Amino acid sequence: MTKPLLDVEDLRVRFHLRTGTVEAVRGVSFQLGRERLGIVGESGSGKSQTGRAILGLTPPPGEVTAKRLAFDGIDLQTASKKTLRTLRGGRISMVMQDPKYSLNPVMTIGDQIIEAYRAHARARKAEARDRALAMLEAVKMRDPGRVFSLYPHEVSGGMGQRAMIAMMLVTDPDLLIADEPTSALDVTVSMEVLRILDELVSERGMGLIFISHDLKLVSSFCDRVLVMYAGRVVEELEAKNLREAQHPYTQGLMRCLPTLANDVRPLPTLNRDPAWAL
Amino acid sequence: MLDIQNLNVVFGTGRLRVEAVKNVSFHVEQGAAYGLVGESGSGKSTVLRAICGLAPITSGRVSVDGNAVTTPRGKAFYRTVQMVFQDPYASLHPRHTVDRTLSEPLAIHGEKDAEARILQALKEVGLGPSFRFRYPHQLSGGQRQRIAIARALILRPKVLLLDEPTSALDASVQAEILNLLDDLRRRLGLTYILVSHDLAVVAHLCERLLVMQHGEAVEETTAAALRSGAASNDYTQSLIQASQGFTRVAPQPAQAPAA
Repeated sequence: MTKPLLDVEDLRVRFHLRTGTVEAVRGVSFQLGRERLGIVGESGSGKSQTGRAILGLTPPPGEVTAKRLAFDGIDLQTASKKTLRTLRGGRISMVMQDPKYSLNPVMTIGDQIIEAYRAHARARKAEARDRALAMLEAVKMRDPGRVFSLYPHEVSGGMGQRAMIAMMLVTDPDLLIADEPTSALDVTVSMEVLRILDELVSERGMGLIFISHDLKLVSSFCDRVLVMYAGRVVEELEAKNLREAQHPYTQGLMRCLPTLANDVRPLPTLNRDPAWAL
Repeated sequence: MLDIQNLNVVFGTGRLRVEAVKNVSFHVEQGAAYGLVGESGSGKSTVLRAICGLAPITSGRVSVDGNAVTTPRGKAFYRTVQMVFQDPYASLHPRHTVDRTLSEPLAIHGEKDAEARILQALKEVGLGPSFRFRYPHQLSGGQRQRIAIARALILRPKVLLLDEPTSALDASVQAEILNLLDDLRRRLGLTYILVSHDLAVVAHLCERLLVMQHGEAVEETTAAALRSGAASNDYTQSLIQASQGFTRVAPQPAQAPAA
């Protein structure tokens, strides 16, 4: 493998609370090339905090430490604020869960995309506008010109999420972190959004970190999957080998889902072994 | 047990008029579980809300146990029909203890013996008496949903309306709640109407189901037919497809399905 795009070693995220210290991420290590990496886990497993820590978006009282946290050779821990600003949104972007909360409600979609573009590229307004329109077309908006001048509350969830993807990809990043990009969407709409994401990622040769609680979805979408439990990676496997998962937690997660294919009753539940969290 | 004939629900007037449910009819036998499936905006939740009086019945007939419902619903109705909502974080009063949440329906209906009933209800949903004086924030998502189910069951209703009861929960917790619902139905002879966007969940819990789109009933089918992949309707077929996960090799779908 050539030099990895992202190199994370022993990443830890701590929150010092009145009741003691909570370690949300406890020693996560992985390397990412130009591939699709899935991070799966249940709520509280630290998967979102991992994604946020990479971008330096850990909410204030939180504390991030790592032996190594490097993006394309740049050490993210020691990098200046200025360097970080050029990286964030420029070379690393993040798609958030719910377009309703993560788009600016008082700015049109077009203006938001232009803002994102001009924050990172010297461009005249007209040029940025063309880029934004082209991007809206790339995410398969039926009428880019119309969507351009709409406010976020005027579009549906699927359109909002596509606008968000457009905004995140307009700067041509090398790495995209998608944190539950489709969990606020309907099944059929989310397939459409995933298809667009998939196309853009493979077309542009980006690295993708796909964070989700949906094991089935992640394994069908990504190349490689990290399974997290209580802040640790309990298992790393090739997505296509998910059925041969070794860790009892992964196996338990797979089994407890009802499926159309077979009718198991009662559903096997997950017996959490305290040893998994050690 | 529950019979719905040509139900229409219309919100607003003039330019703001929205027909949320159009001419939906179905019938649920005593002790059966019936599913309503569809995407958001398909009107599936509105059907449920219209049954229990949270949405207006513009036209059509809703009858429970052979009697047409009255508006506003009477006490007798709520003794027969109770509802469990989607988000257990939002549907329990944050400043009421479990004990108070559970005693409220008993007080409204003038039931005696609250103490024993509350302990019994907690036991039924698999929680011990130690949960009785906790506040919702001291419970996990799955435990909260159990309390919501206990609250619905404490009046001994015959029909339970379940609006996406597991979609706010983790997969492993979802399995526990589904098992609990399955078990309660068998033990107490309940009738369920389950709303969900997850075909696998509906097929697991229900025998028959209705697929809805844009407020209209698209297809009525059985869980068995769904499992064997037999769906006559394109829309149902696309839902089955989508529930299988992401497919990369799939041929490019026809441009933009109707939104």
